[in-house]
Amino acid sequence: MANMLTLEIVTPEKKTFSEEVDMVTLPGVEGEMGIFPNHIPLLTQISSGEVVARKGGQDTLLAVGEGFVEITDSRVAIMTDMAVREEDIDLVKAEEARKRAEERLQEKLSDEEEATTRAALLHSLAQLKVKRRRSPNH
Amino acid sequence: MPSTRDLRRRIKSVKNTSQITRAMQMVAASKMRKAQQAALSGRPYAELMNDVLSQVTSNLGEFSHPLLESRPVKKKAIILVTSDKGLCGGLNSNLLREVAKLDPDRNTLYITAGRKGSQFIARTKRELTAEFQYSDVPAFTEARALSKFAISLFEEGKVDQVDIAFTNFVNTLVQKPTVFPFLPIGEFRSFTGDVKGEDMGGALETNSLVEYKFEPAPSTVMGSLIPHYLNFVAFQSLLEAKASEHSARMVAMKSATDNAKQLIKDLTLEFNKVRQASITQEILEIATAALAV
Repeated sequence: MANMLTLEIVTPEKKTFSEEVDMVTLPGVEGEMGIFPNHIPLLTQISSGEVVARKGGQDTLLAVGEGFVEITDSRVAIMTDMAVREEDIDLVKAEEARKRAEERLQEKLSDEEEATTRAALLHSLAQLKVKRRRSPNH
Repeated sequence: MPSTRDLRRRIKSVKNTSQITRAMQMVAASKMRKAQQAALSGRPYAELMNDVLSQVTSNLGEFSHPLLESRPVKKKAIILVTSDKGLCGGLNSNLLREVAKLDPDRNTLYITAGRKGSQFIARTKRELTAEFQYSDVPAFTEARALSKFAISLFEEGKVDQVDIAFTNFVNTLVQKPTVFPFLPIGEFRSFTGDVKGEDMGGALETNSLVEYKFEPAPSTVMGSLIPHYLNFVAFQSLLEAKASEHSARMVAMKSATDNAKQLIKDLTLEFNKVRQASITQEILEIATAALAV
């Protein structure tokens, strides 16, 4: 169908998300992007943040890592190194991961290690951001 | 006729061997499950990436990237992914035979991952440039080191083509030696396309050819997408190789255990026959002695 989008989110571990949606919001490297059906074919990069999939007025939130997005008129395919649905995010664990990563960054690290740790930090921050949006009292 | 003592000794030694092979089978079986899971779950990502890149590169227009350009092949390199240890049936030898076929005049550089491959290169006096290691649970960083090295060889013009040879995991009983083109990225072939049997988690449908827009600029997106793709191909190859290795080892060890069991059975039968014969002999001797008295 042309007035729906198939949103696919795939990580090296598994296919996290595969559903028909009305609209998708992506954390593009140059700012947030909203994608509606019949978009022109686009290849873009995303930074870690939140993806919002809207279907019939209902929003599904996911935290994603850095990655690439392929957009065609009927499909949005996100390839990323992390994708977690909002309901699967463990706030305590994410908070711990953030602290650990921040502490690690204080130490002296090789470039490779620093990049990995920084990515881990961004992952946990993205998860925290998604979770907090729904429940601001945390 | 062998003596009972010799037979008893042999039975004991076969029993010990079967205990070892059974233990190895158990270890391989538990590792196998994890490795297979990892290999299979990486496939949808690999497929999607392949899909996107083949779409994009067929419609690039003006844009080009050094890693996309094919040039006349004077020198080739092969990344050889094997296991570290043996005792896994014909796994490594099948792959190495395949590789040897590709390189009859020995004009190829080799980059190896896994000790068996390095040993093969040394034994056949081929040219080894680098030797990488990968752990039981392949890490992405290990794959990145591997592909980084291959990319630098290609960029410096030392080689004009890089292939990656590994064992593709089909199922527990079947592993397929595969040689997959790594660089330059030209013709796209499905990474798992010729592997049937396992479900890839729903193949994603391909679209008709369309021209893509890029955001940010094509050079930025492709500049990070292409190395990432190569890293991922290397990573998936390591995963497939590991899954194949543990499956092959499990099967090899299972048949070794079964053979040992059969051997013990035969030897026990033999042992009983010998024992019985010697008892009969003794009775006969006593009976004739009694008669003589």
